Amino acid sequence: MSGFVFRALEGRIVIALAIILGVAAVVPALNLLTPPDSTFHIPTYAMSLMGKYLCYALLALALDLVWGYCGILSLGHGAFFALGGYAMGMYLMRQIGPRGVYGNPVLPDFMVFLNYKELPWFWHGFDWFAFAMLMVLVVPGLLAFIFGWFAFRSRVNGVYLSIITQAMTYALLLAFFRNDMGFGGNNGLTDFKDILGFSVQADGTRAVLFAVSAIMLALCLLLASAIVRSKFGKVLVGVRDAESRVRFLGFRVENIKLFTFVVSAMMAGIAGALFVPQVGIINPGEFAPANSIEVVVWTAVGGRGTLIGPIIGALLVNAGKSFFTGAFPEIWLFALGGLFIAVTLFLPRGIVGAIQHGYKARQALKAAAEAEKGRGSAETVAQAAQAAE
Amino acid sequence: MNTIAETRSKSLLYLENVSVSFDGFKALNSLSFVVEPGELRAIIGPNGAGKTTMMDIITGKTRPDSGIVLFEDDIDLTRKDEADIAQLGIGRKFQKPTVFESHTVWDNLELALNRDRGVFGTLFYRLTPDDKARIEEILETIRMTARRNDLAANLSHGQKQWLEIGMLLAQEPKLLLVDEPVAGMTDAETTETAVLLKEIAKTRSVVVVEHDMGFIRDLGVKVTCLAEGSVLAEGSIDFVSSDPKVIENYLGR
Repeated sequence: MSGFVFRALEGRIVIALAIILGVAAVVPALNLLTPPDSTFHIPTYAMSLMGKYLCYALLALALDLVWGYCGILSLGHGAFFALGGYAMGMYLMRQIGPRGVYGNPVLPDFMVFLNYKELPWFWHGFDWFAFAMLMVLVVPGLLAFIFGWFAFRSRVNGVYLSIITQAMTYALLLAFFRNDMGFGGNNGLTDFKDILGFSVQADGTRAVLFAVSAIMLALCLLLASAIVRSKFGKVLVGVRDAESRVRFLGFRVENIKLFTFVVSAMMAGIAGALFVPQVGIINPGEFAPANSIEVVVWTAVGGRGTLIGPIIGALLVNAGKSFFTGAFPEIWLFALGGLFIAVTLFLPRGIVGAIQHGYKARQALKAAAEAEKGRGSAETVAQAAQAAE
Repeated sequence: MNTIAETRSKSLLYLENVSVSFDGFKALNSLSFVVEPGELRAIIGPNGAGKTTMMDIITGKTRPDSGIVLFEDDIDLTRKDEADIAQLGIGRKFQKPTVFESHTVWDNLELALNRDRGVFGTLFYRLTPDDKARIEEILETIRMTARRNDLAANLSHGQKQWLEIGMLLAQEPKLLLVDEPVAGMTDAETTETAVLLKEIAKTRSVVVVEHDMGFIRDLGVKVTCLAEGSVLAEGSIDFVSSDPKVIENYLGR
């Protein structure tokens, strides 16, 4: 067990963890402790925006585990993210209590509006924080388990698997749009008031949410690193590169994929749960197939199969998106499309992948030069010996 | 003449009247074939004779339409899948060398090692001194000790073939199925591979499918010639290669 964690602490992972944890401490401190007119002050809206990016980064990390290491291109990871978000949203709705527009102490506003007489059975328990947090993991995990059980057992692979993951998130999108599903239909869940008794609008709460997002990202990075550096992780890469070889070595490929897919879905659920209180709303739009595809873009831009790359990719692309949508709103989508084409053409390994590859190539070159020099000096010694004779 | 029951009781692998067809094409046509413990057997035959299909059936990749496939007398292989069969002790080398290209030679062997293959077993696996010694030993056998830290992607074609054989050894199988091990190898590599396979066959049964008649002669073992999904002839290489049916179907005049 200690070996499992210890192995995870490879050089660049330690650096990334240190940076993420540093950000978790510094950003909230600058928000809370500096006066608003100070140059170092980070306004709350900016902090929440960054918190949102961190949630996206966690989602991209989750995708990297299945896509980058196991070769499963999931085009439906947004679904797990949204389900985690809905679980958190349901808790937040129940915290509103009688403060809603209709003042019903039990039923959220949209239920009163839609003439619900009592709370649907699946809303029970969500007033309890621990239960809701459990559901943040269980609901996406269970969906991933059921989906993966059938898909991996019947050996659905490659583009076919991608298409059905896309269909899965689309089906959920349609379902959640329906008012009689009991999740607020088109409008989703919003007007949140408290989380654990603290106002979700308050600077202090926002700061804590930001810090928790960063810490969860760090923990998940640590877990993902431990997984990919274990023998299991090597088997994962084996599944990606030569699935039949893994199978003929006696491994149960379907179990390996299932485990990874479920862990990844749970990480995506955590990301969604932290996203919702920071943006203040969750609606069926989060299930949109385009969202899941965007996650693939972030991961590819950063460098799949590197863990750190997708985090960087998600942060960069989203920061770019915020900037471009403000500065040049009409060209943002072209910029995103162009970016993906450019990365595919010129940086097929992504940013971190390209750096890693360049570094390795230089190392190899250096080693070769060293060997050459070694031989050279051996020759000089031999010549010297000859001269001495 | 031995009765069928007697043949079965001392066999490691026993196939009787196995048939399978794909879209009406009979890939195997009531094929019967027995491998005894510790035997090294060569299989020859023209393209489409059913050599690879036979391996697919033994390793659980394909289910036969009819017939009996038994391992160690009483294990029905037609009811098991690839992972089960690999765990029972049947290893398979593919026609095209299939190794994990983005792993080092060492990691390739470590993954192949016959240890707990479950999710949690592999998550918390630690390399023990025993396992280390075993990998060193295999590296020695396949003559790749010096290349242990190289990525498998950087190996030559012949070395990949050998690494794959090494991975099969790490699996500690009772039966090794080897599909065209010397395809694309130089003459020197071919000769060395024959030595390696003979070495391996000392401790387990090996079935080799090969087209290279010189290589089969080097092996000097019992040969089975397949054609159109069934056994055409079986015996020593000289006996089989002088059989008129074999000459007509495979060797050519």
